[in-house]
Amino acid sequence: MITSITARALAREAAVEPRIANSVLDLVGNTPVLQIGRIAQGLSPAVRIFAKLEGFNPGGSVKDRPALKMVQEGIRSGKLAAGKSIIDSTSGNTGIALALIGRVLGYPVELVMPSNVSTERKRIIAALGAKIIFSDPLEGSDGAIRLCRKVLEENADKYFKPDQYFNPMNPQVHYETTGPEIYRQTGGEITHFIAGIGTGGTIMGAGRYLKEKNPRIRVIAVEPDDALHGLEGLKHMASSIVPGIYDEKALDEKIAISTEDAYAMVYRLAQEEGLLVGQSSGAAMHATLRIARKLRSGTLVTVFPDFGDKYLTTNLWVGWRDKMSVGNLNFSI
Amino acid sequence: MTVRVRVPTPLRKFTNGADEVNGQGGNVRALVEDLDRQFPGIKERICDETGKVRRFVNVYVNGDDIRFLQNLETSLKEGDAISIVPAIAGGA
Repeated sequence: MITSITARALAREAAVEPRIANSVLDLVGNTPVLQIGRIAQGLSPAVRIFAKLEGFNPGGSVKDRPALKMVQEGIRSGKLAAGKSIIDSTSGNTGIALALIGRVLGYPVELVMPSNVSTERKRIIAALGAKIIFSDPLEGSDGAIRLCRKVLEENADKYFKPDQYFNPMNPQVHYETTGPEIYRQTGGEITHFIAGIGTGGTIMGAGRYLKEKNPRIRVIAVEPDDALHGLEGLKHMASSIVPGIYDEKALDEKIAISTEDAYAMVYRLAQEEGLLVGQSSGAAMHATLRIARKLRSGTLVTVFPDFGDKYLTTNLWVGWRDKMSVGNLNFSI
Repeated sequence: MTVRVRVPTPLRKFTNGADEVNGQGGNVRALVEDLDRQFPGIKERICDETGKVRRFVNVYVNGDDIRFLQNLETSLKEGDAISIVPAIAGGA
């Protein structure tokens, strides 16, 4: 069964084999799906877990999709035109995506982000030529949202703000691309869709598509278990400015994950699957495994928003060997 | 001795919304205990069950990360500025 799905998916992929791209932007989307192996051992044989590897996007994360869609829509509607700059608040991946897209399409980019974003992200964004405006790290991503609004108010005509938290194009791109890709890549056999909430774009858009294809598919969101957490890219909704695109009623379930469990899963994915991912992928995998353990059968698909190379200087990895015994892994999950 | 402590947004539910509070203690460990007396529950958010500062929380004394000083044993003097900063920048 697994083989047949894989074979069919591969055949389809081959049928639309890209392709020499004319622009780096043509490489956004159509990311691969990986079946999780060792970590899924011990589950019922009829339960399979797949991870969609969004780190394969050219900007290195799932955020390439909404960033590109929002900018394209901005150009189409005339809100973004020659002479304007793109501005938004971001903790990193959206910033990298916008910096890349702005560079390709010829728009200057300014990004408001808390000063404690990872060093790698600051350097990637700087390398892509975007300007960074730092907000107070104690205020988190909400502080960046507020500072961005202030900068915008002072010079409204200068900027186009994609506004990922409120722009309907954010979930729309996942409805148009991420959802269909997942459905196709699993041969329509997906039973559970599990994704973290940052802006809510992925879970809302892809979740809506999948529900339309099959209302029995369960859509499950993952969030940090506390306002103070270490899961870069994820939002604790109860204590945050709730994104306008987020609609909790569309979810079947919401799972809270501790930072410690997510970090432990990041280490496991590296050690057992050879997959170095970011914290939010660890949280998504931990939640997926928690669900999978209760099932007799099912095809679970989760989203790994990015790879882990952007976090090597962060608390996720600094000092990790003190905590974990490599080669003798013993995690409480 | 009294020091000033800057509190990040996610912990302000413990401090009645205050972004800066005063605390007492000769070192960071004593300061955290004092904060927990003033604002019950805050210690558990800063430190794990073994008493160490959580992986995703950074504590700065006058701008220096205590992990590169003497950790919780880092001594404090009157008027020091302490910041409790989440290790990550938040969502999306």
